Amino acid sequence: MNSKTYRRRLDLEHGRIDLSHGSGGRAMAQLIDEIFHAALANDWLSRGNDQAAFDVAAGRMVMTTDGYVVSPLFFPGGDIGSLAVHGTINDVAMAGARPLYLSASFIIEEGFPLADLKRIADSMGAAARAAGVPVVTGDTKVVERGKADGVFISTTGIGVVPAGLDLSAEKVLPGDRVILSGSIGDHGVAVMSKRQNLTFDTDLVSDSAALHGLVAAMVEAAGSAIRVMRDPTRGGIAATLNELAQASGVGFRIAEDALPVKPQVAAACELLGLDPLHVANEGKLVAIVAPDAAEALLAAMRVHPLGRDAAIIGEAIEDDHRFVQMTTGFGGGRIVDWLSGEQLPRIC
Amino acid sequence: MKYIDEYRDGGLARTLAARIADEADPATLYRFMEFCGGHTHAISRYGIADLLPGNIRMIHGPGCPVCVLPVGRIDAAIRLAQRPEVTLCTYGDLMRVPGSGGASLLKVKAAGADIRMVYSTLDAIRIAEAEPLREVVFFAIGFETTTPATMLAIRFAAERKLANFSIFCNHVLTPPAIRAILDGGESDHVGIDGLVGPAHVSTVIGTEPYEAFAKEAQKPVVVAGFEPLDVMHAILMLVRQINDGRHEVENQYVRAVTRAGNQKAQAGIAEMFELRESFEWRGLGTVPLSALRLKQGYAAFDAERRFDVEDIAGRDNPACECGAILRGAKTPTQCKLFGTVCTPDTPMGACMVSSEGACAAHWTYGRFRDHAKAAS
Repeated sequence: MNSKTYRRRLDLEHGRIDLSHGSGGRAMAQLIDEIFHAALANDWLSRGNDQAAFDVAAGRMVMTTDGYVVSPLFFPGGDIGSLAVHGTINDVAMAGARPLYLSASFIIEEGFPLADLKRIADSMGAAARAAGVPVVTGDTKVVERGKADGVFISTTGIGVVPAGLDLSAEKVLPGDRVILSGSIGDHGVAVMSKRQNLTFDTDLVSDSAALHGLVAAMVEAAGSAIRVMRDPTRGGIAATLNELAQASGVGFRIAEDALPVKPQVAAACELLGLDPLHVANEGKLVAIVAPDAAEALLAAMRVHPLGRDAAIIGEAIEDDHRFVQMTTGFGGGRIVDWLSGEQLPRIC
Repeated sequence: MKYIDEYRDGGLARTLAARIADEADPATLYRFMEFCGGHTHAISRYGIADLLPGNIRMIHGPGCPVCVLPVGRIDAAIRLAQRPEVTLCTYGDLMRVPGSGGASLLKVKAAGADIRMVYSTLDAIRIAEAEPLREVVFFAIGFETTTPATMLAIRFAAERKLANFSIFCNHVLTPPAIRAILDGGESDHVGIDGLVGPAHVSTVIGTEPYEAFAKEAQKPVVVAGFEPLDVMHAILMLVRQINDGRHEVENQYVRAVTRAGNQKAQAGIAEMFELRESFEWRGLGTVPLSALRLKQGYAAFDAERRFDVEDIAGRDNPACECGAILRGAKTPTQCKLFGTVCTPDTPMGACMVSSEGACAAHWTYGRFRDHAKAAS
């Protein structure tokens, strides 16, 4: 934009998104400049192209994409902006890969406060800088009021896999150990605590975090002894283990006593009739590892701040039915099934 | 969690399990029905079956208010929700309960009906206050446990002169249902030697209402809390009664339940509600004097009167064995639909709908045992 032309700056305190911000005209250019470029600043974005150009690394690359529609947009421990960075970095990292670049696409509802948009973009920029993974290209669309819920964000990530590593869901063998990187359910409960009609007081914050640093330490410690890694987001650890059981044709047996669950999460789940095993996480991973490498991997994880509470929670077993079973703290056994329908509280 | 973990202690569970195994007579078959879905959930969730000797069998009763709601009442709720002026407020558990022809509130909502999921009756009141032009109907269901909350909502609405709030009343009563089970179903034989009595229901009605049929049917009843140690303790108490030839009402849940119950709640309910001559229960058929409706003085808050809701005779899937399962005459795996076309994702029968239903609990938590049995 010509810097000599007079331009009234965006009112970042009281202003709102209107349809002109998505029209491709001057207003859109200003929005991108004053909010997104300011927040996400890097060499690729500042060149102002519709795409980012970069050198390609030798070896295997991974690519992933994810949409973020979290409600509420701001929650204890994060917001949709930081989540959109962490979540996609984690999906890249679960391949054992080193994430390199992100793209971001925003669908914004007419009337959305510019102050909130700035807060989200700033948070996104801070998360990307902290992770060392820049947002190098993006897109903005504005839709009429009522056609979106505030703002939706999609991010795409690419990364490069270290030589010799090929993690995949079908590689689990009976006897492999299941390692969980820390406490479960923190994100889901923190978000639910701020949902309309459901507000309850808790000091719990989301575990939203970029896990690629932890993953790098794990790959260094155990390399290809790691069969597969997953971040148990929607559907919780129950969904993750069931997915892996299906893909590999094995069962799992885990021990309830070994599962790290914070007292606040246990209490909220108790109150709402939820199972922590079904509640979403955004800064945790599950790794399946060959038995003889498990202890070394666990030790390496515990040295990293995001793996401090890591624990071996069970093992893969031979089972044609591919059940995920759990020995309860009470002493009995039960299945850990996929979540059915929505997570709804029991009523009596 | 303080005051909860104490009731889930694995060490105490092993001690109780050893005592039960010690006292249960190997030559006797002990068949106990836990009436409440809360007990069913605890038994399944904590794997209590694994801690009991083989000759103690738990039968999952009909004590899940979602499960026993008949197809016709779901159909009626769907019709209410389809009225353009109505906002139907419901607990989430009811959304997927199948009505006639595969319809459900979830599907009707997707097609445009104004249905809101709420967590309490007061949420519905708030919606009625915030949207005075909408006819807000609360889908009231539950046993004696939830009736006081509905009563308070109506009392509140009456005080605030809320003209756009009403309830679709489906509150049912526990003692008539237990009696119906013990009297035997229409066709199936009922094999029950003792009852784990309701927990939360009994906090309201007390233990006294069970005394008459414990005596008549000569079946021991032990009112128990919903924590797994409560259930184990109640099972031990039932074993002892059977071994002694007693059939008394005993109270394991002394920390919350008295013989007389919550008299304030009882008085409030008696003032506002009256008995229906009969009510249909999914699985049990028509049970006389087993449900409540609002008295004439509260007709303005009664959606059935306000919107002329007709009685609809819905039909269950004929292959569904929910009835026999609810009476303890069959187990979930003896139903042809179980685990084939009927799963928690696509429930056909009531027992599969709520996580407290006998079939859903077995499918979700316990089905590995069927395969373990088959293999051994």
